[in-house]
Amino acid sequence: MWTFIARRLLQSVVVILGVTLISFIALQIGGDPTYLFVSERATEEEIAMVRAALGFDNPLHIQYLTYLGNIAQGEFGNSLSYRQPAMEIVLGALPATIELTIFAMTFAITLAVPLGVFAALYRGTPVDGGIMTMAMFGQSVPGFWLGIMMILFFGLALRILPISGHVPFLLPLLQGEFSKAFQNLPNSLYYLIMPGIAAGFYSLSRNARLVRSSMLEVLSQDYVRTARSKGLTERAVVIHHALRNAWLPVITMIGLEFGFLLGGVVVIETVFSYPGIGRLVFNAINQRDIPVVQAAVVVLSVIFISLNLIVDLVYARIDPRVKL
Amino acid sequence: MTDFSSDGLRRLAPERGSELGRELGRAIRSMVAAKWPLLALVILFGVTVVAIFGPSIAPLDPNRQNIMLRLAEPLADGARGSTFWLGSDALGRDVLSRLLYGARISLLVGVCAITVGGVIGVTAGLVSGYFGGWIDDVIMRLGDIQLAFPFILLAIMFLVVLGPGVVNLILVLGIGQWVTYARIVRGQTLSLREKEFVEAARALGDSTAAIIFRTILPNIVAPLTVIASFNVASVILAEAALSFLGLGVPPSVPTWGSMLAESREQLIANKWWLAIFPGLAIVLTVLSFNIIGDWLRDFLDPRLKERR
Repeated sequence: MWTFIARRLLQSVVVILGVTLISFIALQIGGDPTYLFVSERATEEEIAMVRAALGFDNPLHIQYLTYLGNIAQGEFGNSLSYRQPAMEIVLGALPATIELTIFAMTFAITLAVPLGVFAALYRGTPVDGGIMTMAMFGQSVPGFWLGIMMILFFGLALRILPISGHVPFLLPLLQGEFSKAFQNLPNSLYYLIMPGIAAGFYSLSRNARLVRSSMLEVLSQDYVRTARSKGLTERAVVIHHALRNAWLPVITMIGLEFGFLLGGVVVIETVFSYPGIGRLVFNAINQRDIPVVQAAVVVLSVIFISLNLIVDLVYARIDPRVKL
Repeated sequence: MTDFSSDGLRRLAPERGSELGRELGRAIRSMVAAKWPLLALVILFGVTVVAIFGPSIAPLDPNRQNIMLRLAEPLADGARGSTFWLGSDALGRDVLSRLLYGARISLLVGVCAITVGGVIGVTAGLVSGYFGGWIDDVIMRLGDIQLAFPFILLAIMFLVVLGPGVVNLILVLGIGQWVTYARIVRGQTLSLREKEFVEAARALGDSTAAIIFRTILPNIVAPLTVIASFNVASVILAEAALSFLGLGVPPSVPTWGSMLAESREQLIANKWWLAIFPGLAIVLTVLSFNIIGDWLRDFLDPRLKERR
């Protein structure tokens, strides 16, 4: 068990180093990176000063080590448009993005499992056909367009859901204002419905298909036949024997899905003017505010890698077939 | 008894060529029987025609602005007896013409990116699977690192620095895909490496490169076509998302993603046609690639079908 954890931890550290190396290369790829950190109106002296301050006049390997050291301290330089440390701005937007990702994830998984199970149990019937057709569509619709369509229909035509904005829940919670957080909760969820569905629909579709084929495979196993021949009700067979094994692959997917959602959320937030990291990155892209883009990408990647680590460890714990 | 003459050894390779005609017939019958794949193929054919001949089909110049006729509804009259079949945008440009031009970028980027990713990934997978050892380790660990990194973030980071452009987009999206190919090809190569016909080629003194590319590669084309068709679908979605963020091609080139980005500003004013049509174009194209991929997988590996 401990060697597994140690190996997996080491692996994550290597991957995080890889991420920093890639983001360092991304900085260097366009020539002298100093120009990415100064505004377009900067004078020669200012540029030279920034170059020296950020160490871009050193040899590359020294630069990388400096970069690594800075990242370790959460130092990505100052945002060009906000004139604050980039890291501070990114961390400020993080809770909103996490709320959206968790909402989207919950929406996707809690629907994908029953839909996939139903499709498998009623294989070949219109129930199956309907669910799989929906899943096929879901995997072909860009989430941001789905968001736009929902804005047009539910927001503007029917006027039943808010088309933009956000009521914070996680932020007051983290600041210890529990009563305020829970007061906000209903409203917070209300504002999350549309962006959450838009962000999670692709994952819902992919996982519904995954659960279905996993369920079909399990249902054809000998132990399911044994359970049936023991005279158990179909309900007991499905819930206690089949489902327990059928959703193991879904757990492995959850980690990857989170990364996918974090990436998708960047675009969805822009559609709904949702004040998270995504919209921050979008604005930063348009203003060529590289420190903010870098800080956001590295922060999201580290979250993603840590989540995958946790998922792997949990998986090893619940699947007895994984030998530790 | 194995025939050890060189002809006999050659014959150990699985037969192709002669069976091609029969296979093609089977493919067409299966496609017609399944109906949806046939429709998907027709749609993709249409999109390809539009992508190639877009400029001559488009009723108007996609970049021609006309402030007097901005935000015209679909079917409204345009300048000099023309019609805005799908309306006009905030600068008075014809939505239909822009849509037809947009097919070009989507298909071009989709096909080129999977070619880039495919070539890198297939080569890496063949080398990895055939040689094994440290080179296999290095290639696969690199793949792990890349997969541990949400792809769209990687693309954003590079495109912000590199700047928008078709070539940059293709490179970034292509490099984003190589791992998928490398993993599948590696697995297939590992099992093929031990097969008799590969051993036969080795016994005949074929060079390593010849064994890898002429003996092994042709036998893994089938699973590759399945991945490739799903892959085009996801690359087109990624391209749309990046264009939507303003990281795609320069603004003068109309793309479905950037049309959607522009539609956002007109959403509150309920100019629905600016948002609906480019989105439908993306959905139809991506859906068609996904349907073809699904059908191909069942067709090439009928065993899987029972479980689906």
